[in-house]
Amino acid sequence: MSPISLILIAVGLGLAGWLAARAKAWSFQQDAGVRRMASRPNYHAWYVALWVVIPTLLFVIIWLILSPQLVIQSVLASDAASSLPAFGFQRDAILSEAQAVASGNAIGVFNPDAQLFVEPFRDAMSRYNWIGIIVSITIAFACGLFAFLKLRPDFSARTRVERTVMVILLLASLVAILTTFGIFASLVFETFRFFGMVNPIDFLFGTFWGPDPMSNAANPDASRYGAIPLFWGTIYIGAVIAMIVAIPLGLMSAIYLTQYANPRVRAWVKPMLEILAGVPTVVYGYFAALTVAPAIRDFAFSIGLTNASSESALAAGLVMGVMIIPFVSSMADDSIAAVPSAMRDGSLAMGATTSETIRKVLIPAALPGIVAGVMLAISRAIGETMIVVMAAGAAANLTANPLEAMTTVTFQIVAMLTGEGSFDHPATLSAFALGFVLFLVTLGLNFIALRVVKRFREAYE
Amino acid sequence: MTVIHPDLEKTEAKMRASGVSVYYGDKKAIDDVSIDIPAEYVTAFIGPSGCGKSTFLRTMNRMNDTIPSARVEGTIELDGENIYTSNMDVVQLRARVGMVFQKPNPFPKSIYDNIAYGPRIHGLAESKDDVDEVVERSLRRAGLWEEVKDRLTDSGTALSGGQQQRLCIARAIAVDPEVILMDEPCSALDPIATAKIEELINELSGRFAIVIVTHSMQQAARVSQRTAFFHLGKMVEYGQTSNIFTNPIEQRTQDYITGRYG
Repeated sequence: MSPISLILIAVGLGLAGWLAARAKAWSFQQDAGVRRMASRPNYHAWYVALWVVIPTLLFVIIWLILSPQLVIQSVLASDAASSLPAFGFQRDAILSEAQAVASGNAIGVFNPDAQLFVEPFRDAMSRYNWIGIIVSITIAFACGLFAFLKLRPDFSARTRVERTVMVILLLASLVAILTTFGIFASLVFETFRFFGMVNPIDFLFGTFWGPDPMSNAANPDASRYGAIPLFWGTIYIGAVIAMIVAIPLGLMSAIYLTQYANPRVRAWVKPMLEILAGVPTVVYGYFAALTVAPAIRDFAFSIGLTNASSESALAAGLVMGVMIIPFVSSMADDSIAAVPSAMRDGSLAMGATTSETIRKVLIPAALPGIVAGVMLAISRAIGETMIVVMAAGAAANLTANPLEAMTTVTFQIVAMLTGEGSFDHPATLSAFALGFVLFLVTLGLNFIALRVVKRFREAYE
Repeated sequence: MTVIHPDLEKTEAKMRASGVSVYYGDKKAIDDVSIDIPAEYVTAFIGPSGCGKSTFLRTMNRMNDTIPSARVEGTIELDGENIYTSNMDVVQLRARVGMVFQKPNPFPKSIYDNIAYGPRIHGLAESKDDVDEVVERSLRRAGLWEEVKDRLTDSGTALSGGQQQRLCIARAIAVDPEVILMDEPCSALDPIATAKIEELINELSGRFAIVIVTHSMQQAARVSQRTAFFHLGKMVEYGQTSNIFTNPIEQRTQDYITGRYG
């Protein structure tokens, strides 16, 4: 008996409850008349159905978590258990093998000792399956009956159903928030483990990055964990080079689209720009690594710079800038469009030209929204991984020369987690500390940006 | 066609519309309107909603250009020069023919910068002292100086509705236009603010040619010397305000001013 069938039982009984309650409510309506009914029959039906389905599903979920434990407990209580090796690896291997055979996921046993346990497992599983089914049905009937007996013509099923729907929607929205907390908690936990091995001061302010995953984990060399070159590379590529490309181009395209383009052009160009936002970043990565980076290197050679690297911060930053254009442009577009047209008319009626109107009235009025858009774009750029992995290089250089290879926080997270170090080595754990810093920075940027946008909206409503 | 009151004194026209029709796409919003706007009087356009009076007003400084589907036929002259020719510079036209809108629309800038905006873009005042002087003069003329002189750096949007509208009028007169078009300037204001604006219009008349679109017949009677009645895109009747309200010639005008419709 699989979880699916338990769920099907719950839903099936729910449907039965729905039909029964509806029939009963209809009979109320026949007797008492529509006007005397506090709720329509469908609400009575949903009331009973929810009472059947929700408690039963809750039980099913708890049962699915609990029953494997109960099965193992009962197997361990059987006679055969005395022959098991005392503890550890072997014992678990035997048990899981026997369980696989018993549930039909494996044909035969590899370890002959496991054969002994197949029968007890099979017994226990079928016993607990039946218990599960019987309890589910009992709960469904008990709750259904409880709800069904409450039905009266003047019973306000509607308010109860509406409230339940509200609670379900609330739970759905909580999932995303709770996940964020979960991510945060797991990051914090690993980060603290890392900071137990490497002093946070060394990490945040050190200027040399070169963790050695093969070194002695118990006694890490803190001077190799200076993350400043990574922070610098991240900011230089994501917030400087990329923004030098994205802000002017994004802003200018937004101005063109909102103020100059005729509707036909706009209908074409705007979706095209938005498609740019949907291109997978790995594709931009190819483009940066295979086309832009060599072109930049060749150009540097041709003007006599012989030290240009084939992986450069400039290539990654330029391509990232292009990737970010749609974000800047659509945020700027929205904020310019949100400036009331009375503002624009007022300026034009003063005899201002279109470009004067844009520079002196529309942009200043839309500025908060534009700034917020830029901040969101920066937070996206510094969290971007694929382009820098493919085009920026791995060398942690602390330099302002855009033609040199640089590395970023995201690149090093990838490198450290996919490296050969064991999981409790500080080199691997440093990835979590880097991720934690990145998380805090982007969270902060998004938070500020959303606050700014909110105040901006209020100003025009 | 349009009935012009026979006893209308002949004055020199500051603006003259001849056979003006306006189309939005295929829809004709204004049908063959001809009118002389005198320089020294306030001219009121009255009529029920959707009669085209605002549309016609907006043709007079080519604000309809901002609506892509709008098309204008006929001629509108400013001092004898057709404003609908390709060599007419819209920017200069609008500096000479200013406009005040239905809803106060101060820029989200300081009170000072709101007034200084026009003089600066047109190069009418370059030095700080010149701009200061224009700002003060315009605010005084608009009757707003005493109320805002201590907070010129506050945002224009922080003023009350009536003050905002007077700020917009001050902004319009700061560039020293010859004509001021007002599109229902009091429709978003309370009676006290309305009274102040009307008083202001009285003070400004004579110095500027003023054309005001209004829904309120009482307002037209209070502030204007000339009145044109619009109905269904046509100008029905034009004459001295007192004559229009006491001795209308057309039945439709009679019906409107006695409150039969509109």
